[in-house]
Amino acid sequence: MGSLPQKMSIQVKSADPAEIREQGLIRRVQAGEKQVFYELVKPYERRIYSAAFAILRNEAEAEDAAQEAVLKALTHIQQFRADARFSTWLTQIAVNEALMKRRKAHTEIMEPIGEREEDDGTYTPRDFADWREIPSEVLERKEIRQKLADALSALAEKYRKVFVLRDIQHLSIEETAEALGISRASVKTRLLRARLMLRDLLAPGLGGAFFSRLPFEKGTKPW
Amino acid sequence: MVVNCEHVWREVSNYLDGEVDPELRAAMETHFKECKHCTAVLVGTRNVVQLYGNERMFELPAGFSHRLQRRLAQQSSSYGFRNVRSMWIMAVAAAALVVGGVALGNTVFRQPETKSPLAQTPHGIPPNLIVYVSDDSRVFHAPGCKYLHKHDDEPAKQMTASEAMKEGYVPCVRCLRQYLKAEVECPRPSLNSPQWARQSNVSAPPTL
Repeated sequence: MGSLPQKMSIQVKSADPAEIREQGLIRRVQAGEKQVFYELVKPYERRIYSAAFAILRNEAEAEDAAQEAVLKALTHIQQFRADARFSTWLTQIAVNEALMKRRKAHTEIMEPIGEREEDDGTYTPRDFADWREIPSEVLERKEIRQKLADALSALAEKYRKVFVLRDIQHLSIEETAEALGISRASVKTRLLRARLMLRDLLAPGLGGAFFSRLPFEKGTKPW
Repeated sequence: MVVNCEHVWREVSNYLDGEVDPELRAAMETHFKECKHCTAVLVGTRNVVQLYGNERMFELPAGFSHRLQRRLAQQSSSYGFRNVRSMWIMAVAAAALVVGGVALGNTVFRQPETKSPLAQTPHGIPPNLIVYVSDDSRVFHAPGCKYLHKHDDEPAKQMTASEAMKEGYVPCVRCLRQYLKAEVECPRPSLNSPQWARQSNVSAPPTL
């Protein structure tokens, strides 16, 4: 299956009780106890859903992609290697599933931002207005979340994948590099671009109407 | 160490991740104090990282877990159903194979219906009829049959028809055809013919 990560050699360094329990569950599922697979997946439900939503920015499609990813992981559980991290493997499947779904849907009407840019070129920020930190409470508002998802979706795939794995899934630079099959340097460069592009994309809206009800200081942008 | 704005933009992401060495970090912090633009870039980028990395950014839809469990259960049950169904199919196929094999075996290995007159059950032959057999043939003959193998050193053995049949001999379709059901063209005259009577001293057996 093309969308399944073929190679994963991230070593599990620590051996805390949760990881030991997880490894036990994996062995049971691999031995045929498929009914315990949900226990294995449950801690990562949000993670795989968020990975799918970040790419598809549609709740129903993201849920479907997440479910497909879980079913695919169950089907191919024998391919999972004991020295890999299950959460990373599962996340990769979810990312691949969402990307595949997105390509099928032909949702990229406009050219993604950064598609033609090379990794080693310098990205110059566009907005230098005064900024301040945004409280996480803004995420209670669904329209803010949707704007953030829309901005992420506008990025070229190579930047979006790195950003999703690194900043949403909180994988390390090494894990992200391993998962995508690219170098650490490429991860860093793409991540920088993704972050700066998102910042510029969100500046116009988040600087004005989106935060009109928030108590920002006069004359400053929240973004 | 002194850094300019472009240098800061290239390293701002690494700065947030703690991936810059202490000397560069110190230089960047000095720069941020002096440059509002770069501070805006830093704060904006930090907002991106913090907001997207917040769990509330991607809340699970209500009922997500339930629907996922249900779908997993459906797949497991369909998997099980497929297993059960495939087992039934295999059982039926095995049964069909056995029945078919037996039928085929019967067809291939069944003894064909005996059509040769030599193989016909000689019901009509009188049990006490004197017949002759030779060692090199499994056929018994009426006295005088030209098809009886004769050897100079070993004369034909005489016995009754019932004894010959018990020993596995079969009647000659030529000299004994009148007792057999099948009609076989025989170049030899029948036992009742005058020619037969002339050549044999044995009287013709009674017709049953």
